[in-house]
Amino acid sequence: MSSHIVQKRVYYQVFGALLVLLFLTVAATAIEDPTWGVVAAVTIAVVKATLIVLFFMHLAYSAPVVRIFACSAFVWLFFLFIFTASDYLTR
Amino acid sequence: MSATPVAHHFDDADQQFYAAQLGMWIFLATEVLFFGGLFAGYAQYRYWYPEAFAAGSGHLDLVLGTLNTTVLLGSSLAMALAVRAAQTSHTRELVRLLIATIALGTVFLGVKAYEYYHKWHEHLIPGQSFQLEGEHAGVAEGPVELFFSFYFAMTGVHALHMVIGIAILGTLVVRARRGEFHGDYFTPVEMTGLYWHLVDIVWVFLFPFLYLIG
Repeated sequence: MSSHIVQKRVYYQVFGALLVLLFLTVAATAIEDPTWGVVAAVTIAVVKATLIVLFFMHLAYSAPVVRIFACSAFVWLFFLFIFTASDYLTR
Repeated sequence: MSATPVAHHFDDADQQFYAAQLGMWIFLATEVLFFGGLFAGYAQYRYWYPEAFAAGSGHLDLVLGTLNTTVLLGSSLAMALAVRAAQTSHTRELVRLLIATIALGTVFLGVKAYEYYHKWHEHLIPGQSFQLEGEHAGVAEGPVELFFSFYFAMTGVHALHMVIGIAILGTLVVRARRGEFHGDYFTPVEMTGLYWHLVDIVWVFLFPFLYLIG
């Protein structure tokens, strides 16, 4: 099997980064402005999810076709949010 | 080590593995949209009732939520290392790491059960006995009950995914002990890993949206 074997060190570093980001998520509750608070929370969550997808789920080492399908999930999620929101916002 | 039987419609073992990987990601895409629907509903109602959602969020235990997030991230690390152990044919390490993943997942569920019990005690389960206690100036009870509907629906369905994952991990432990997984064949471990990581990602978004409002 030619699948790439990730070094343990990489996994530990990603885990460390995830813990730091978790700390930042909790710290971000100190942001006064509610809109910026949401922006910060979503941004940090997206960074954490990206790290998990790329390294724990091996997407960084996967074939291009697999990566396209993985990204398409989030493209459709984006559609879901955009069209739902634009429906309500234009009532 | 037994050679992997390659099904007749594949060129070789590699292609068989990539097909499984692609199929699993397609399933995960459906899971993203499944939870996505719940998040979209949540987003809309939070936009309409920001104070009520903040009031509801205030009733959730931040310490337990943070602890649970740490536990789940740890279980993802254990899972990733388990896949690697299978890839490098280290069976004993694989079994230990699978058990560690199960243990951490179970701790997560235990904390969740405790939280749910607490909510029941505080009359915060939506329905007949829902009653908001404490001072929340000008916040109508209805939208707060709605927040808790989302809380229980989203964390409940997430917990169900965890239970299923733990059950599958259990079967992997049995199979791993029989020496079924090694560098030439570890597909079920990799696929279960992908599933487990996605469930972790869902929680990575659930935690700030439910526990950290306001």
